[in-house]
Amino acid sequence: MLNLDSKIPEGEISKKWSNFKFHAKLVNPSNRRKFSVIVVGSGLAGASAAASLAEQGYNIKCFCYQDSPRRAHSIAAQGGINAAKNYQNDGDSIYRLFYDTVKGGDFRSREANVYRLAEVSVNIIDQCVALGVPFAREYGGLLANRSFGGAQVSRTFYARGQTGQQLLLGAYSALERQIGLGKVKMYTRREMLDLVKVDGHAKGIIVRNLVTGEIERYAADAVLLCTGGYGNVFYLSTNAQGCNVTAAYRCYKRGAGFANPCFTQIHPTCIPQHGDQQSKLTLMSESLRNDGRVWVPKKAEDCTKNPNDIPEDARDYYLERKYPSFGNLAPRDISSRAAKEACDDGRGVGPAVNGERRGVYLDFADAIKRDGLKTVEEKYGNLFEMYERITGENAYETPMRIYPASHYTMGGLWVDYNLQSTIPGLFVLGEANFSDHGANRLGASALMQGLADGYFVIPYTLPDYLARVGAKNISTDRSEFDEVEKEVRAKIEKLMAVKGNKSPRQFHIELGKVMWEYCGMARSEESLKKALELIPKIREDFWKNVKVVGTEDNINTELERAGRVADFLEFAEVMCLDALNRNESCGAHFRVEYQTEDGEAKRNDAEYSYAAVWEYAGEGKAPNLYKEVITHDEVKPVVRSYK
Amino acid sequence: MKVHLKVWRQKQGAAKGKFETYTVDNVSPDSSFLEMFDILNEQLVAQDKEPIVFDHDCREGICGMCSMTINGIPHGPERKTTVCQLHMRKFKDGDTIVVEPWRAGAFPLKQDLIVSRDALDLIQQAGGFISARIGSPQDANAIPIPKEIADKAMDAAACIGCGACVAACPNASAMLFTSAKVSHLNYLPQGAPERNRRTIAMVEKMDELGFGNCSNYGECQAVCPKGITLDFIAKMNRDYAIAKAAEAAK
Repeated sequence: MLNLDSKIPEGEISKKWSNFKFHAKLVNPSNRRKFSVIVVGSGLAGASAAASLAEQGYNIKCFCYQDSPRRAHSIAAQGGINAAKNYQNDGDSIYRLFYDTVKGGDFRSREANVYRLAEVSVNIIDQCVALGVPFAREYGGLLANRSFGGAQVSRTFYARGQTGQQLLLGAYSALERQIGLGKVKMYTRREMLDLVKVDGHAKGIIVRNLVTGEIERYAADAVLLCTGGYGNVFYLSTNAQGCNVTAAYRCYKRGAGFANPCFTQIHPTCIPQHGDQQSKLTLMSESLRNDGRVWVPKKAEDCTKNPNDIPEDARDYYLERKYPSFGNLAPRDISSRAAKEACDDGRGVGPAVNGERRGVYLDFADAIKRDGLKTVEEKYGNLFEMYERITGENAYETPMRIYPASHYTMGGLWVDYNLQSTIPGLFVLGEANFSDHGANRLGASALMQGLADGYFVIPYTLPDYLARVGAKNISTDRSEFDEVEKEVRAKIEKLMAVKGNKSPRQFHIELGKVMWEYCGMARSEESLKKALELIPKIREDFWKNVKVVGTEDNINTELERAGRVADFLEFAEVMCLDALNRNESCGAHFRVEYQTEDGEAKRNDAEYSYAAVWEYAGEGKAPNLYKEVITHDEVKPVVRSYK
Repeated sequence: MKVHLKVWRQKQGAAKGKFETYTVDNVSPDSSFLEMFDILNEQLVAQDKEPIVFDHDCREGICGMCSMTINGIPHGPERKTTVCQLHMRKFKDGDTIVVEPWRAGAFPLKQDLIVSRDALDLIQQAGGFISARIGSPQDANAIPIPKEIADKAMDAAACIGCGACVAACPNASAMLFTSAKVSHLNYLPQGAPERNRRTIAMVEKMDELGFGNCSNYGECQAVCPKGITLDFIAKMNRDYAIAKAAEAAK
């Protein structure tokens, strides 16, 4: 039985966070050293949380699977970070950022959380600058801003095309300082494989040392999960190779509710797949759509021609045709789906992968004619360079090819206002939780949420929990640790023992294809049922035929992948069930049965204004569905239109 | 394409490793170098052999995890490019390619192509930060920073901490890395109060960890995937001299 008490504080929306902070219990400075906290993950959320809590005086153990905390995938974010600073005097405010985020999330996020996010956004920029993040500046020395993701105000702060990297290096430097001071003990090359509960509270984790293969136990007074999203369920995504759902999924199996797993964001401007040897997809900044025109040939037989030989009247500028007022700047989900439709129609371009051409042109010829080569080069030079490095093609001479790819996951472990999951003592931060982005995330808001959770929210909400439960000084010799470790070891042994004939990667590819085809950009009852029929078959095949070579006692990347794929194979089913349950289209979740005549998403507020929270019911059993009703006290739902 | 590989294999804890020879066929020229390694590893798995372990993660040239010396050059033949962004079209059909781990005394080898770069984190811990307590900063626009200064700090901050500079240096010096970290913070007014302390601490930690000194070969700059330049080493040397003089004057 999940308890979905969201614990939203009393009072009007702008006072809730202040109310919470005033009423929250505190831990006396001299008592803080008696508490220890485990932080899993060292991206923006994890690094900022670990550094902040260590500064307050708690003892932190921080874990990451990479060789250094500085490599977490937050580092790859390019665009920027939003904050309601209103430095540009263009009418921005906390309320406007809050409003835009709720609307952008298609009215499926919790208003109180989103308001708090907008409220602390201004502090994030101050904090980052204080830590030395070299944001872009104007000649007067003040911070520069740009408008991003269709926002009507310029509220995005950026550091060239490397904003994620610079923000992460800021949080990492604060973390390293605490490591040097002895307040954080850093455990690199460790993968969390399970959660240990004592008397119902999260009190420890079991990890595998990825170098020696040892299974290790760690205990603490609370566990913070900052392990990112599950976009790699699609195999091909813009995520890093190591990104996975394992930590979150194993917490789910221990009783943490998983909310809205079907809300996955697809980014429209990625470089298409070059062939079946592809291991990841690379995203290019969406700003390209400001000047590029998207098209495919009108006739399928033109698809193999040199695009420059296809005359103007044989081209279909489908976004301009379907959405005359927004044209090539139509929102992410709409332009993604339109690209898929064009390719499904047999009019995709570029190399055929398994018999299908999955790409559309993004053409700069008109922009070059209008503004000159030099201007286009100044604006997008680095992106054209990146495109050429990856594809070997010169986009000044021949149109770029783009295609959508899985990019971010809005769903995640359910948390209350305090970021606590349904397991007491287990807190979930950043992309790993579900709370702030509803059914779709606005550009430049992921970095904002990761840092908000770590720098400004958890330092207030975690002490409230710690003060209530007291320091327990849990020993890892307890029987609870024995039991969980035994299960972890059994699972590894089981994987090693199958000794089949297919590598873990092959299963991952197979699963990815099913998820992308049947639970990707557009879903239907039929496609989801098909996926739910196929996934158990792949899973069954996996446990019969997976082959994990090597041994457990050293670096074994096959074993690592096998464990992650095994969890994806179970999690994928929950994702499809969630998509099937949600009989509406909203945000990034598009059910083809629920659309307007113009192909727009048709929300069903009367029946689906809730967060769908899934509870693990045991092996081979369908999970239980719980609902947290999402109310709209501030922002009244409207239907969006981009015509 | 078909390529022949000579790859360094070394078991964990083993004193010595050796080159093993492999052939990979049917590689698309559009595949990345690491995708070619994926194919090779799948091949090895099919033959019940242990795959080659190598560090990699983001595969878009920013996390700094990938680290292979290809035909003697850290990150391979293409300038300003990490291994993960290097593509097979840069090689010829039938080429023999030699792949080794980063080699430096301060980067002990773990297994196959994976080395430990913990030393870089230790340099950062020594002083690569600004002690600004979380939760109590002033407004971000309170200190205007001239664009030229902010841009220079950003040029230095672009370092991805991959360690190619160390691997390329005949002295296994970490001066390019350390100077990028020192300069990023030393350029900024926020970093001024701790400037001397930081510079001395980071330089001394770097020496203590067994990295060599700079003797102006410039190999580090040539292989840096992010275009970090030797100017920063000059700046660090200058900052170090000033810091030491200030210390002596006390």
